[in-house]
Amino acid sequence: MTVLLAIGTQKGLFLAAGDDERRTWQVGPAHFPGTAVYTIGVDTRGPRPRLLAAVDSSHFGPSVAVSDDLGETWQEPETAPIAFPEDAGAAVERVWQIVPGTAAEPGVVYAGSQPSALFRSTDGGRSFELVRGLWDHPHRPQWGAGFGGQAIHTILPHPDDPSRLLVAMSTGGVYRSGDGGETWSPANKGIKAYFFPDPWPEFGQCVHRVTRDAGDPDQLYAQNHHGVYRSTDGGDSWQSIAATLPSDFGFPIVAHPSRSGTIWNFPLTADSERHPTELRCRVYRSTDAGDRWEPQHVGLPDGPYYPVVLRDAMCTDRLDPAGVYFGTRAGEVFATNDEGESWMTVAAHLPDVLSVRAVPV
Amino acid sequence: MPVVLVPGVLRAEAGGASRLEVTAAGTLGAVLTEVGERWPMLARRIRDEQGAVRRYVNVFVDGEQAGLETAVAPTSEIQVLPSVAGG
Repeated sequence: MTVLLAIGTQKGLFLAAGDDERRTWQVGPAHFPGTAVYTIGVDTRGPRPRLLAAVDSSHFGPSVAVSDDLGETWQEPETAPIAFPEDAGAAVERVWQIVPGTAAEPGVVYAGSQPSALFRSTDGGRSFELVRGLWDHPHRPQWGAGFGGQAIHTILPHPDDPSRLLVAMSTGGVYRSGDGGETWSPANKGIKAYFFPDPWPEFGQCVHRVTRDAGDPDQLYAQNHHGVYRSTDGGDSWQSIAATLPSDFGFPIVAHPSRSGTIWNFPLTADSERHPTELRCRVYRSTDAGDRWEPQHVGLPDGPYYPVVLRDAMCTDRLDPAGVYFGTRAGEVFATNDEGESWMTVAAHLPDVLSVRAVPV
Repeated sequence: MPVVLVPGVLRAEAGGASRLEVTAAGTLGAVLTEVGERWPMLARRIRDEQGAVRRYVNVFVDGEQAGLETAVAPTSEIQVLPSVAGG
């Protein structure tokens, strides 16, 4: 088994085919040229992986294109796959996240949008319906917008219980449902929101990404707008794990596909200095759930380095040893096939990289 | 009957057609509603789900920039053009 790396950029989707060792990569031409691909869903529950590309034309609006043949062909429904009902009084500006449901609910796919809303599909992602329970939440009028817009960017179905679902938004923070999306509660205890007069609000945090531990589904990791956190109780409370990082600011955080406690992120200096710490291109890894972090940079560019890595532009594959992938706003994509000990360049000179996903093939 | 002129970049959404004859008249909104019923993929490129014309799409009726309430005559030509935007 190897990996097809799906790379969503500001001007198209690129597919990079890895060899069996994940050492060399063949990058194909752009799909949806000129169109931004903010996220890619990969559904591996069927006989072949299904790709769901969130295509976003600056002129003609957002949509979701589906491929069941690894990107050879794409299909779009006649009617908008993700759209607000008329009475919601809102229009989808962008799709930020597409995530398959659990194995116990084939056909279920979730999508997070801008403005902040959750949508649910029961036909594999060809059509979605608004999850009213979250849209009608009394907190919604107080949710704010980060620099990138107001959006739900993280969706984590619980692997053992389809009725449990976690989402995160910027800004607004983490919310959970224990009844399949009917009702929702904020889950931000311990996550700081330094930009409010009360820095410990019930909600309103600017969480950039949440990921789930490979071994313990109640262990979560959050990269915040200043702050890196761990929860060991499914989000009831959060504790800082930023003490040994060079900075607590950044966008992505990803978990090892099978080893509990191993996570990666890409620290940036600060929200007011959005470049890698010490101007060095370095990924940070922890193998003890964030107590200690170590830089990983062998094979990454030397010298002053300015590009940033966006929240959806880092991912892992499911192989052993695990591969990790990230793309930058300078159009570079890097990969490791040995869990970060060494890195290689997958692609360069692409448009700004917005998202990456490893597709098992 | 009014005619909708489809830009090249959207003709795939109209089955390849460059000119669409519509029966609706009265207002541009009525014409676009008919477009939505007959060519839904084309229509959602032009308007969002609340019916607003997308920010970077311009629609002209007989050469004049139009809004949804603009009058459309049986002989009108409606031209859809993506605006000059991007980077």
